[in-house]
Amino acid sequence: MPTTTIGGHEIHVNDEGFMTEYDEWTEDLGQALAAQIGVEMSDEHWQAIQFLRRDYPDQGETATLRRVSTVGGIPTKQLFVLFPKKPAKKMAYIAGLPKPRGCV
Amino acid sequence: MDETAKRAVRNLVILGGGTAGTMIANKLRHRLARTEWHITVVDRDDEHHYQPGYLFVPFGGCSPEQVVRSRHSFLPDGVDFVIGSVDMVNAEGNVVLLEDGRQLPYDQLVIATGTTPRPDQTPGMLGLEWRRSIFDFYTLEGAEALADALSRFDGGRLVVHITEMPIKCPVAPLEFTFLADAWLRGRGLRDRVELVYVTPLDGAFTKPVASAHLGGMLDERKVLVETDFMVERIDDEQKMLVSYDEREIPFDLLVTIPLNMGADFVARSGLGDELNYVPVDKHTQLSRKFDNIFAIGDASDIPASKAGSVAHFSVEIFVDNFLQHIAGRAMTGAFDGHANCFVESGDDKALLIDFNYDTEPLTGKYPLPVVGPLELLKETRVNHLGKLAFRWIYWNVLLPGRPVPLPALMSMAGKHPATQREKQEA
Ligand SMILES: Cc1cc2nc3c(=O)[nH]c(=O)nc-3n(C[C@H](O)[C@H](O)[C@H](O)COP(=O)(O)OP(=O)(O)OC[C@H]3O[C@@H](n4cnc5c(N)ncnc54)[C@H](O)[C@@H]3O)c2cc1C
Repeated sequence: MPTTTIGGHEIHVNDEGFMTEYDEWTEDLGQALAAQIGVEMSDEHWQAIQFLRRDYPDQGETATLRRVSTVGGIPTKQLFVLFPKKPAKKMAYIAGLPKPRGCV
Repeated sequence: MDETAKRAVRNLVILGGGTAGTMIANKLRHRLARTEWHITVVDRDDEHHYQPGYLFVPFGGCSPEQVVRSRHSFLPDGVDFVIGSVDMVNAEGNVVLLEDGRQLPYDQLVIATGTTPRPDQTPGMLGLEWRRSIFDFYTLEGAEALADALSRFDGGRLVVHITEMPIKCPVAPLEFTFLADAWLRGRGLRDRVELVYVTPLDGAFTKPVASAHLGGMLDERKVLVETDFMVERIDDEQKMLVSYDEREIPFDLLVTIPLNMGADFVARSGLGDELNYVPVDKHTQLSRKFDNIFAIGDASDIPASKAGSVAHFSVEIFVDNFLQHIAGRAMTGAFDGHANCFVESGDDKALLIDFNYDTEPLTGKYPLPVVGPLELLKETRVNHLGKLAFRWIYWNVLLPGRPVPLPALMSMAGKHPATQREKQEA
């Protein structure tokens, strides 16, 4: 796996730039990753990212939009406002998690 | 008296008498002594549908009689068939409750209640235009109503739409699009129709190599593709799909795949995820919460395609595992997510894709290395005949649980990963 340096941290990423090591992530890094894709983080953004981080170890995969809305409590509409166009991918990128599976 | 003889007969209850439930009942009845195990299959009715046949109904290519048979005739002697709707599973108490109040205690439970299209989950879908200009073909009634609408369709915007993934048979909407294109050409109508394919995915399909290949096939057929489209509602007055990010797609005729969800009793029983699928270990399909509950087929949350072929391959692995499990031994079989799907492409041709949890769809031959006869990822007439023959195989070989000369785990012999060049061409 290639490594890259973001915001002064060396991290492992896949060829699309998604982080591959759950434990390498920190909030600082999340902030820097968000900046990379033009997302300015507010409390509401963090709420979504923190849900993804908490959910992942338990589920073994990145939460889908439906899961973030039904289990995480943030309506899908709002996710499109917070992370325009491709919310599922953008959230996974910022949270340092694998891209949500395309659902086979 | 020895220990086994003293023990009462145990109960295996299988919820759902569809593809997976029927195969399991047939295979396990032959492997479990009747003096030791009762087997009960529960379904809400006695009509077994060959769902892959729905695809051909809108084009007049498959009659309802070819698609429906009685369930009980596919169950062996020595299996109780109970007709009733499951209301709840009391997993702590090891008992299934039916809506009519009957109770079925179990020692081991298999949930095989599949997944169902739910048009009620998208605002506006079940409104004024349902079955007037909005159709699905994931139910027999829907496919028949669509046949009628297509026979009267003489031009305009025909939109094929997937609400959300996962859906069962994820290639079916693409096949429908290819068949619609060929059918319209055959009727001399293709020039008067704008054919649009709308998907929540970022390409034609989920797996990158197949997605590029199938996307190329949509381009060749001049199908407009709208990707990353998450529908929020249907505006049935203006006849358009509206996405969460406020894109609008007008239609004259909409063929939608509604949200697919597992059975509601799964949620009521506290056994499901946000789409009512049962979380299981992806290799053994044992529930992550209860060690006497398995979920097989479309009902589970394994990251494999929801398809009859997956149900079939996973049942092969499950049966041996189950026998080890009830004998108190560790399960040694591990399902690899093997899926094998024919993709109808119109004009009596089809392609075949073969993949699993870890491997992308491959090119090469199937099932016999080198000789085939079926070509993977290529449109051929033989593949189309293979798809048609499958209906016979389904009723006569698969459901009765007879051995099928196909390996359950994926074999790499005779196949090769698509080369860089094929990927680019695709
Ligand atoms: C249009 C279409 C085309 C397809 N084409 C293909 C194809 O080409 N190849 C392929 O491999 N697969 C294909 N499939 C998918 C395939 O049909 C399914 O994946 C397969 O049937 C899954 O089997 P299952 O046993 O999990 O579920 P099912 O066969 O759907 O069985 C579930 C059963 O559970 C019963 N049930 C549900 N809830 C309850 C309840 N509360 N109480 C009692 N009973 C209940 C239902 O009545 C049903 O009989 C297609 C599907 C569709 C819709």
